[in-house]
Amino acid sequence: MTDVPAPQNTKRTGFQALEVDTRLLGMIGAFLVICICFNVLTDGRFLTPRNIFNLTIQTVSVAIMATGMVFVIVTRHIDLAVGALLATCSAFMAMLQTRYLPDLFGLGLGHPLTPWITIIAGLAVGTLIGAFQGWLVGYLAIPAFIVTLGGLLVWRNVAWYQTSGQTIGPLDTTFMKFGGINGTLGETWSWIFGVLAVIWALYALWSARRAKLAHGFPVKPAWAETTIGGIIAVGILGFIAILNAYEIPSRRLERMFEARGEVMPEGFTASYGLPISVLLLIAVAVVMTLIAQRTRLGRYIFATGGNPDAAELSGINTRMLTVKVFALMGALCAISAVVASARLTNHSNDIGTLDELRVIAAAVIGGTALAGGIGTIYGAILGALIMQSLQSGMAMVGVDAPLQNIVVGTVLVAAVLIDTIYRKKTGGR
Amino acid sequence: MAPLCEMRDISISFGGVRAVDGVSIHVNPGEVVGLLGHNGAGKSTLIKILSGAYKADGGEIYVEGQKANITSPRDARRYNIETIYQTLALADNLDAASNLFLGRELTNWMGFVDDDRMEAETRKIMARLNPNFKKLKEPVSALSGGQRQSVAIARAVYFNAKILIMDEPTAALGVHETQMVAELIQELKKQGLGIFLISHDTREMLELCDRVSVMKNGQLIGTERVEDVTEDDILSMIIMGKKPDQAA
Repeated sequence: MTDVPAPQNTKRTGFQALEVDTRLLGMIGAFLVICICFNVLTDGRFLTPRNIFNLTIQTVSVAIMATGMVFVIVTRHIDLAVGALLATCSAFMAMLQTRYLPDLFGLGLGHPLTPWITIIAGLAVGTLIGAFQGWLVGYLAIPAFIVTLGGLLVWRNVAWYQTSGQTIGPLDTTFMKFGGINGTLGETWSWIFGVLAVIWALYALWSARRAKLAHGFPVKPAWAETTIGGIIAVGILGFIAILNAYEIPSRRLERMFEARGEVMPEGFTASYGLPISVLLLIAVAVVMTLIAQRTRLGRYIFATGGNPDAAELSGINTRMLTVKVFALMGALCAISAVVASARLTNHSNDIGTLDELRVIAAAVIGGTALAGGIGTIYGAILGALIMQSLQSGMAMVGVDAPLQNIVVGTVLVAAVLIDTIYRKKTGGR
Repeated sequence: MAPLCEMRDISISFGGVRAVDGVSIHVNPGEVVGLLGHNGAGKSTLIKILSGAYKADGGEIYVEGQKANITSPRDARRYNIETIYQTLALADNLDAASNLFLGRELTNWMGFVDDDRMEAETRKIMARLNPNFKKLKEPVSALSGGQRQSVAIARAVYFNAKILIMDEPTAALGVHETQMVAELIQELKKQGLGIFLISHDTREMLELCDRVSVMKNGQLIGTERVEDVTEDDILSMIIMGKKPDQAA
């Protein structure tokens, strides 16, 4: 046979040349439709900088855990204990920073090390509990459903026991900066972050293309690559612009100046900018995506989900892998505990209640298949965002509470149905 | 000269059932040894002990005359023993390159998996094994049986196997693809590999193998050179569990 170049790459229409994930487009489309509908129903109150700011900080806690749930579900397990584990971590960190550290260890209130010791200890507790659950699943072969169903009861009440059911607060002021409105970057730093993110994204696109060319692989046409780069840049900078458009109310600014013993200049304005909790979510998303796509751990997670026997026969220690996946999930619960309790400025006994369902729903709406082997980090985050917009949109419109949950539950089932049909049509499984 | 690989007096039980009972087989360089027998005769179990999937209760394994300690698939790979399983053992959701390198990913200086380099290596080896193979980016679930089999074979060949175990390599394949596997086995033989082949197809085995070992109920009935036996002899060994000269 003569060496004829394969004709498959030549006849592609403009849109196909972009090689974008159609499912991602579908999810973004669904999100936009939801946003526009609510915006019409609320006479333009839904798509204001203020509401978008609130929406993002409300999403962070669930979204962080959803990225970990992707790995858990991809390896054919489930974690029903994330909300309860969040509560245990939150209770432990609240007690640590308000009671144990100031009193037992004599650091006193407001010591500069308090928040950092608290966060590190909280992360350690979350990781250890997660690893323990993973050990029960991986080494003792108890189904994850049972282990974490038990965990749901155990950790929810360990949290209760630690605090005797009291609300613990106020938390350390530095600690509370991770919660959202209490800790934001401000206008200038938000722009600097946005520009850096754009530069990094464009560089990543460019270097991936260069690596493909170096190996002689087919690449997208240059215009397609440029278009995608342009969309990403506009997306990032647009998001920053919206957050920066949310200005701190002047009453609150006045009080901030008064606290410093100054007088606010006439006509002074300042923006909240990018919340630190959102920055944390972005960092988690980047790290989790790197793990999923570029590390052996990620490769083994997906291989094990696709075919556990094949993974084992390839020399992968699937039991240890289970421990690692659950430990990672535990660590993410602890991070979410920081964000959730900091946002509320205290630890309350019902923190994280029903979060396990929101987290699983976010991962599943985001395209994670319960049969294992398939799922993306960005999908789970988008899933969390869609759930949160539905919930807060309906609250803004004034839908009755029971109806809200009926709608959310229906949307979850419908989303999975659409996904199943989509997979059949595109030939996946 | 010591055989390339020898399994001596291997036994394994599962819950009181002796799945393999004191079986000894060996393979020389450039030789194909076939394992025949009914379902449940213990062929696959025996071979899974060599590939590290099961741990034997008794017996020893020698590779190139040295005693080998194989307790996991990773150990087997260290001794250059590669296995192509009946069930193909591919992760359906991953692409060909990820499957080929599964458990042995190429990484860059930062320790991240280097997908581009793995894809380039996969293209190279596939050009040799199966020039029609083009679907490098798709998950292997989208491939045909023959294409999947060539991924599994590429995995064994790429890592310089000395001892190759093929468990029903042609079970899921069409005529043309079966022919391809047969040619490949001849090619690998020439390169001096020792191959253990498991199959139900007696005729195919007599064509491909130098020697055949027949198992029944976990025990080795006998090992014969293919020149010395007819298909009927082998069948009577499989069915009656007796060597042909003993058959009344």
